[in-house]
Amino acid sequence: MATIELTNPADALEAFRKEAADWLAANFPKSLVGKENVLATVEGEAKADPEAKAWKKAMGDKGWGTPTWPKAYGGGGLSFKESRVLQEEMAKVGAWNPIGGMGVMMLGPTLLEFASEEQKQRHIPPICRGEIRWCQGYSEPGAGSDLASLQTKCEDKGDHYLINGQKTWTSGGQWADWCFALVRTDTSKKHEGISFILLDMKTPGVEVKPIRMISGTSPFCETFFTDVKVPKENLVGELGQGWTIGKRLLQHERTNLSGGGAINRGQGGFSLADIAKHYIGVDSEGRIADAELRTKIIKHEMEAKAFGLTARRVMAESKSGGVSLASSILKNVGARITQERAELTLEIMGMNGLGWEGDGFNAAELGATRGWLWGKAVSIYGGTTEIQNNVVAKRILGMLDHQ
Amino acid sequence: MAVLNEEQTMLRDMAREWSKNESPVSAFRKVRDAGQAIGFDPAAFAAQAEMGWTGVIIPEAYGGSDFGYLSLGLVLEETGRTLTASPLGTTALAATSALLLAGSEAQKEAWLPKIATGEIIAALAVDEGPRHNPEKIEARAEKSGDGWVLTGEKAFVAEGDSAHLFVVAAQTGEGVGLFLVPGDAAGITRKPRKMVDARSHAAIHFDGVKLESDALIGSADGAALLDQVLDRARAGVAAEMLGMAVQAFEDTLAYLKTREQFGEILSRFQALQHRMAHQFTQIELMRSAVEGALEAIDANREDIAELVSLSKATACDTLHLVSREMIQLHGGIGMTDEHHAGFYLKRARILENAWGNASFHRERYARLRVY
Repeated sequence: MATIELTNPADALEAFRKEAADWLAANFPKSLVGKENVLATVEGEAKADPEAKAWKKAMGDKGWGTPTWPKAYGGGGLSFKESRVLQEEMAKVGAWNPIGGMGVMMLGPTLLEFASEEQKQRHIPPICRGEIRWCQGYSEPGAGSDLASLQTKCEDKGDHYLINGQKTWTSGGQWADWCFALVRTDTSKKHEGISFILLDMKTPGVEVKPIRMISGTSPFCETFFTDVKVPKENLVGELGQGWTIGKRLLQHERTNLSGGGAINRGQGGFSLADIAKHYIGVDSEGRIADAELRTKIIKHEMEAKAFGLTARRVMAESKSGGVSLASSILKNVGARITQERAELTLEIMGMNGLGWEGDGFNAAELGATRGWLWGKAVSIYGGTTEIQNNVVAKRILGMLDHQ
Repeated sequence: MAVLNEEQTMLRDMAREWSKNESPVSAFRKVRDAGQAIGFDPAAFAAQAEMGWTGVIIPEAYGGSDFGYLSLGLVLEETGRTLTASPLGTTALAATSALLLAGSEAQKEAWLPKIATGEIIAALAVDEGPRHNPEKIEARAEKSGDGWVLTGEKAFVAEGDSAHLFVVAAQTGEGVGLFLVPGDAAGITRKPRKMVDARSHAAIHFDGVKLESDALIGSADGAALLDQVLDRARAGVAAEMLGMAVQAFEDTLAYLKTREQFGEILSRFQALQHRMAHQFTQIELMRSAVEGALEAIDANREDIAELVSLSKATACDTLHLVSREMIQLHGGIGMTDEHHAGFYLKRARILENAWGNASFHRERYARLRVY
């Protein structure tokens, strides 16, 4: 049945643009322009100043930190087009989204799809307001790429579940309030014996130990569970449905981990070519003096550009309702480009790109060193490059299982 | 795949069906076996013109449908899949672009309707040596009374053996200009060159060819125009290369799913799975670059040159990889003339050279970005 349009959609969108602009003018503190969004980092709140906190509260209450999520659960309830307009208006005034983290990137979309009404009402609104920091209890010492071999035991004790075992690579575990975890509820089956559960990190028996990485930082933890009692209402989906739910969550993770084309900026907004000209100098025609390095930089920048176009294409395709095959390549290509950029930055800086700490090196140089080391994780976490290639070969290309 | 409108989806589907049913690789094989200098089947080109493909970027006023470059790119991708031998890209995209960008009303009226119906084939004659180099043009057009006299040698002119009209780049004294030269003008000699792809890449000799004053397209100092025309030609070639890469990859994948060795289907071997996953990845990046360039042209954006060089360089690298892997993963059968893997390999290298190889376009990209 045809319906009569009372308002022109384009007019409605322009009206929303004005609404967004007015609201931002009233709520976004100008002093936050250009400031690092500490709220989106794993350390979060600790480093934030009062204005950043006020900004977070305003966005959280409005639901615009999770613009397209349903209003009923604290989201913005905006259409995709309105959300784009909001992003544009935010970019105009230099506003950034203070609501982030694993709750927004991974758990929220998964809960919207699989959780009970009661669980949605309880857990999604705090994510929208940025009140609860979530961590991911997936990997174990003996379950990395072969995640489904996980052993953390979850027993039904009648009125509660009892969890015993160890997780590792828990990002931000030391700062997290809650954890979503994959646990084994049945030892007789591999994939069907896994369940998806939510647990409060303050529960007695939960112990967290940060892991020091090659970059010198400790963004990951080992998490130990010793007789941890979890209420039965914290199970998401059916018992044994955890692998299905957990894999869906990984899709959200991989899409977000790919960097989505924002990786072009690099050190303090300088392009690799700028950095190279600074450290190496230019020839008589103004070109980067080291011809071979220049060629490497060009190749890298062109691949990064093609990646950016692909991320944009994936977005456009999925918004138009189609299935985007290209989404399956984003994580691997994103990892390749991130790491190549870090290696090239080091090559450009020479020994100055290998400083560990101290006054002899500037912030960009030290950042390059640490970023390079940290970046080695990108092709390992969230499914290694090799696992991603298996996924493409089997699920997309229909090649049969390897031995 | 870019997000397409209804007309584009219909056009793409039609081109896919036609290529699969009316112009499979066996049709190209017949053209190859016939060994004619023109290097295509006139009946196939007539069928394409009949379906309106020769008029996709031409405005309705001149008999076209004005669907734009992305639309024509979709057709070239589909016909490229099956290696369809046709002058479509050269006449209806490359040469047509010169008229669209800078042609006078009279020039457009004289030529575009004929291109749109497929009555004539137009070719773009720029390079004079084996490597693309638009900065090294020695052909000369000298003022003579009201008109011009054209002298020079053009090398590897695609569709040069059949062209009824040449768009020729020549020095005018003020710079490089583009000239419309009828193929039957006195003083033109064509020399066919037998190339690995069995298509037409003729050497064309212009010996004092007399042209009217209205032969010049745009200004006598038209290096910028030449660059814009070349960018459109490059984007069109990249679209054809995308189709070839997709099909070469799909055929290789299908082969790995049927061939058995060591009592196993080849597609079970992880070493091969990861090589295929890598190619798939590169083809997706290639598609983004190719479609991105065509969309930029349709939107007349400022970054056309940058995106086209990205598109062509990416297309060259990716098709190069996929065409090599096609042979290697087919093993011995891929080395035989009976199999079509060799056709893809040969055409791939020709198109890699057309309008600049990967190195040319990386260097151009770098200069545009001031690296």
